[in-house]
Amino acid sequence: MSTVKVITGNHAASFGARDSRAEVIAAYPITPQTQIVELLSEFCADGTLKAKFIKVESEHSAMAACIGASAAGVRAYTATSAHGLALMHEMLHWAANGRHPVVMANVNRAMGPPWSIWTDQNDSLAQRDTGWLQFYCESNQEVYDTTMIAFKACEQVLLPGMLVLDAFILSHTYEPVEMPDQELIDEFLPPFDPPYKMDLDDARAFGALTTPEWYMELRYLIQEAHEKALVTVREVEKEFGETFGRYYGTLELYRCDDAEEVILIAGSTASTAKDAVDIMRKGGRKIGLARIKLFRPFPNEEIRDIASRVNKMIVIDRNVSFGNQGIFFNEIKASLYSAKNRPPVYGFVAGLGGRDMKIDDITGIVEQADTCDIEEILWWGVKL
Amino acid sequence: MSEAKFRGAHDLPPCSISVTHELTKTGNWRNSKPVFHKEKCIQCGICWKVCPNACIKLGEYPEWDMDYCKGCAVCAEECPKDAIEMEDERVMV
Repeated sequence: MSTVKVITGNHAASFGARDSRAEVIAAYPITPQTQIVELLSEFCADGTLKAKFIKVESEHSAMAACIGASAAGVRAYTATSAHGLALMHEMLHWAANGRHPVVMANVNRAMGPPWSIWTDQNDSLAQRDTGWLQFYCESNQEVYDTTMIAFKACEQVLLPGMLVLDAFILSHTYEPVEMPDQELIDEFLPPFDPPYKMDLDDARAFGALTTPEWYMELRYLIQEAHEKALVTVREVEKEFGETFGRYYGTLELYRCDDAEEVILIAGSTASTAKDAVDIMRKGGRKIGLARIKLFRPFPNEEIRDIASRVNKMIVIDRNVSFGNQGIFFNEIKASLYSAKNRPPVYGFVAGLGGRDMKIDDITGIVEQADTCDIEEILWWGVKL
Repeated sequence: MSEAKFRGAHDLPPCSISVTHELTKTGNWRNSKPVFHKEKCIQCGICWKVCPNACIKLGEYPEWDMDYCKGCAVCAEECPKDAIEMEDERVMV
């Protein structure tokens, strides 16, 4: 029997890791993530979860311990946020380049200084090029579900995966989360069985020195694995949907069938933007929404497909690449350059450092896109 | 392992798991080699455990794969009975 619990996004992540039967959890506390590993440490202490909980002195060590566990052939999990993720940076490369499918929850929190604990996406997007899959979640249910989707997909392509949830808006907000029967989950997500693992009877060097003659080939294999991951994630999402009745997809389309313009957005703000779409539709605008669930690998074809059907795209970025523009805005335009149909794309930077993103903000952005100059970098709501 | 086995990316394992060191025989980097004194060995296996290149094979006694031994001397340093001694291999010209 499935059960429904009313829990925070953080605890949805903990239950997701528990029900995915993570075998090693290594973590260091950081607001707003701490509750994820706090509950997991309780599960390990009371025997609910048969896993080794490793207390470490930093996030760098947490990821290092997870990599070691994964290399030894066990399912490893951790969680972090903002500065903790930044401290892990070196080990993020190591996990991906070593092909260790560690799964991690990152609670999106703005980078300091000034000190902030509220949400924006700059922490996870700064890790774009480390080779990790990145899943942006919209609800607590999706956080729970995506944990097992990520483990299954990542273990198939031998790449690590980061599921991302917004600080406080999801991490500390209670929502009902349905948890399926463990037997069904075990059927969906069998034990981790990598093709290579540390084995005393067949001792090998991991991450051995590789000369310029072969380094590039190993990098090419990672690119290939990412391209495969796009297909794998869709297949795993589909299987998850068939088994448990919830389907998300890599680029979720909302009211896009007859849409003439579309909002592109990631994270929990997509929920608010969906309400804004409903309101604007009542007012006569043929508007839809495309939610970027998967950022790496990037769903280029789906972006081009929706672009070919609309007259205008509006990208809302809760992040910024200083000296250029919003990161999703940038990526989406790169995706469209080789497309036949390229509608104008407007980019807005909004909601940094956890500034509220309400329905009025979304409708305001859409209205401003009617009249603004496409070349402008638009900072929504900034006090000038 | 013959180098002919590796023609392109798809012949490689997904990551650099020793197979790539089969492409790079690190033994020719060596300046000094381990010399083993069997009579002192207590068969504790520490040398095998500490070899960073996993090139000590543990039978009844340790055996070194000199194609890969870089001469780092960790085994000699860690041996509790001084059963491993490093011998300079450099050739002076």
